[in-house]
Amino acid sequence: MSEQEEKLTNTNEQEEKVTSTSEIAEKPVEPKKINTQKIREILTANSGARIRSWLSVCSRCGLCAESCFFYLANNRDPRLSPAYKVKTTLAEMYRRKGEVDADFLKKCYDVIWGECTTCRRCSMYCPFGIDIATMIATARAVCCSQGIVPEGLARTSVNYRETGNQMGMSTEDFVETCQWMETETGEELKGLTIPVDKQGAKYMYTVNAREPMYYPQDIGMMAKILTVAEEDWTMPSYGWDCTNLAMFAGDRALAGQIVKNTYDKALELGVQKILITECGHAYRSAAFEGPYFLGLPGGKPPLEVVHSVRLFYEYLRDGRIKIDPAKKLKEPVTYQDPCNVSRNGGLWEEGRMIIDYLADDFRDMIPNREHNHCCGGGGGYIPMGPEFKLRRMASGRVKAEQIKATGAKIVITPCHNCYDQINDLNKEYQLGVKVLSFKEIITEIMIIPDQFQPDENDDEGDEE
Amino acid sequence: MYAFLTGPALWVTFTIFIGGLIIRVVYLFGLSLERDKVFYNHMSFGWALRSIIHWLIPWGSVSMRNQPIFTLAFFLFHICLLGVPLFLNAHNLLWDEAFGVSLWSMPDSWADTLTIVFLVCAAFLLVRRLVRPEVRILTTAWDYTVIILTIIPFATGFLAYHQWGPYELMLILHVLFSQILLIVIPFSKLGHMILWFFTRSVIGVEMGARRGARSW
Repeated sequence: MSEQEEKLTNTNEQEEKVTSTSEIAEKPVEPKKINTQKIREILTANSGARIRSWLSVCSRCGLCAESCFFYLANNRDPRLSPAYKVKTTLAEMYRRKGEVDADFLKKCYDVIWGECTTCRRCSMYCPFGIDIATMIATARAVCCSQGIVPEGLARTSVNYRETGNQMGMSTEDFVETCQWMETETGEELKGLTIPVDKQGAKYMYTVNAREPMYYPQDIGMMAKILTVAEEDWTMPSYGWDCTNLAMFAGDRALAGQIVKNTYDKALELGVQKILITECGHAYRSAAFEGPYFLGLPGGKPPLEVVHSVRLFYEYLRDGRIKIDPAKKLKEPVTYQDPCNVSRNGGLWEEGRMIIDYLADDFRDMIPNREHNHCCGGGGGYIPMGPEFKLRRMASGRVKAEQIKATGAKIVITPCHNCYDQINDLNKEYQLGVKVLSFKEIITEIMIIPDQFQPDENDDEGDEE
Repeated sequence: MYAFLTGPALWVTFTIFIGGLIIRVVYLFGLSLERDKVFYNHMSFGWALRSIIHWLIPWGSVSMRNQPIFTLAFFLFHICLLGVPLFLNAHNLLWDEAFGVSLWSMPDSWADTLTIVFLVCAAFLLVRRLVRPEVRILTTAWDYTVIILTIIPFATGFLAYHQWGPYELMLILHVLFSQILLIVIPFSKLGHMILWFFTRSVIGVEMGARRGARSW
């Protein structure tokens, strides 16, 4: 029996979980009763060789503490050491064999959402290589199954379920936004189109829902870059939101459904690759975690997932996008490695190679690349909302000091969460920096070939 | 008493020690086939090996370089812990007597020095546990028990060798506590003497083979 049936039970249980979360989101009340049966099921399903070994071999050496920015930023409070966070949450759940009460889960809530961004830095500092973030994510799944989830994340779950995107935007609104951007940006760049649902394109470009919602010019900018690079691309009318906050809420069934929306649309359109906007966790979700949420064979997505950082690097390397040397950034620049693009995405060198093309004075933060610290806004922290803001600002001190030490005036980061967090830190710690994404810089300083220059007089010559 | 401890009790000890470790590893392996597909899906011997080797070399990882003194103590501790009992002349004589085979033996003066090094390092680790808040907060009574269980065989062996204190008693305590330690290994965090290689492989593959990130 076991494997197949166990999976089935698991899915059913997650289906139910789905309903309970939405109830919470609509009226955030205290959960009525803790279903320990359900908790036990989740714990058992996750109790593989990895978690068992991790929990049993941890030698309590404390080396992980120094790797964690929560610990470093808060006067080295020992309660913020990664091992302690697991000890008091998931390890305790296993120790009590799932027999926990609402008070305990509330305490866990505070730790697993309020004191960890699942950035995974600590697993590189542990002599055993214990993957703390995976265990925190499991503890989140347990809390989520009982409706104990930060309200900000629960709200997005409702939207994902109803509309397929975290902001609850309708398909019509999204398509209209694309058309609007096409018209508006088209005035600046001749021949610019934003194709929607084009069959067989090379790339299907997916975005963070806040782009169409609040920063539609981001879509316009990307369209400019893709047009100048003469790319064959399209935007999907559904599954276009590549963010996956359900992954951070611990709702694995919904997280799977969200990536599935994107995979399915890509397969339906027959595109070659899925392109992810400058967003960190979207890449982690689509390229790495998604296949596991869905139980895909081989643990690989059904088609290649490409992050914008990789694509921009290729365009610059191959000369498909050329930078105007006169416009290269002169001010000192630093790069914020988003955890899910660098450490968890493997793209730290590409990011730096892009900057080589864009800026003259690059100053790396210390530490950097896969060892870089999380900005403090990852793992769902920013969307978790005002309840967590104070802590976010306090633990962001490590990042603020890193930035300050570089003396940079511009912080480039290809992630919406890092972008927002560093803007917040900028105010909080008076860093005096400007935060920019790659596409903002590239569209500003790339050379627009003549064929794309807008016509002075309005004559519509079809082919010159 | 001594004859019993070095006779039947020793057989029982080695059976539990080796058998226990084998059962634990086989059980976890079976479980991993079912529940840890993520590891096999991305398995890469190269990355697993690199992850292991970098952590077998003193100061071979960023984490160890950040804590140089701890790393030194921790390496000496482990080297002596394995090296002294395996290559001790007195132990090898027993092996030779029983089976006619033995390992290379180090001079007694080395063993003596290494035992002192071991005891100093163990004391350092114990004190560190008590003094560093981030370590103390994690530590349970069992952690103290385990490190003391590790120290006793060395301390009693050292005293017996120098014939300080009651020799017979020291020797019996030495054998008895060594056996307790060996029996505890498969059922405790000390199982890391084998499991460490697996956990290091897992993270090496997860970070390296999947993302190209070094876990050291």
